[in-house]
Amino acid sequence: MSVRAPSSPRLCAVLTIDQATYDAIVAHAKRDHPDECCGIVAGPEGSDRPERFIEMINAAGSPTFYEFDSTELLALYKEMWANDEEPVIVYHSHTATEAYPSRTDIGLASEPNAHYVLVSTREHGNNEGPVEFRSYRIIDGEVTEEEVTVVAQLPARSN
Amino acid sequence: MAIEVRIPTILRTYTGGEKAVDAEGATLAALIDDLEARHTGIKDRLIDNGDLRRFVNVYINDEDVRFIGGLEAALSDGDQVVVLPAVAGGAA
Repeated sequence: MSVRAPSSPRLCAVLTIDQATYDAIVAHAKRDHPDECCGIVAGPEGSDRPERFIEMINAAGSPTFYEFDSTELLALYKEMWANDEEPVIVYHSHTATEAYPSRTDIGLASEPNAHYVLVSTREHGNNEGPVEFRSYRIIDGEVTEEEVTVVAQLPARSN
Repeated sequence: MAIEVRIPTILRTYTGGEKAVDAEGATLAALIDDLEARHTGIKDRLIDNGDLRRFVNVYINDEDVRFIGGLEAALSDGDQVVVLPAVAGGAA
């Protein structure tokens, strides 16, 4: 297999996320443990800025699978289209395994511009304590892990 | 008769980058055949073994087609069709 160049110039090998959004994702994962949690962080189209945290309900209600409810999915996307937003982060948790995309995750990944964030709650479950928090690009079945940089606040918008 | 079909990011390689395209058909099945005629290859991403793929959602005027007849769902001029891949996955 050949190494492919990123399909868009704004794809970069780092996820930059603010502390409050990071904390909100971790809190959601801990709260929903032992079921998987899921959600999106939306941002202006093409900006690569995860600005608007949106917790979703795992319609599968399962410790090994997540799925957005189809009606809520449409409502969410219509809202993003109206705001000229896109999903910058798609996150979910693994509750008994590592924070690495499973075969299912890879097969179903359908947002080539998104950072896929995985949180593993296997160590501490619903309790306080560190979690694995990792981020990936998943494009055409290829997984690329990227660095996660947590900042107090996202830098001011350039435009 | 024209029906606007909203295309998700991952399928825009078939539509030359267009976010929405026009197509025709009196049922969803006919509409998808017409889409295929205009954007070769897209049908296989929507349909598997003669049925809508499990992890592809199609909505007609905001209703999930699974609740209104699936591929046989009726369409008329001016309807809005949205295609959205499921956001799903998990450790299993």
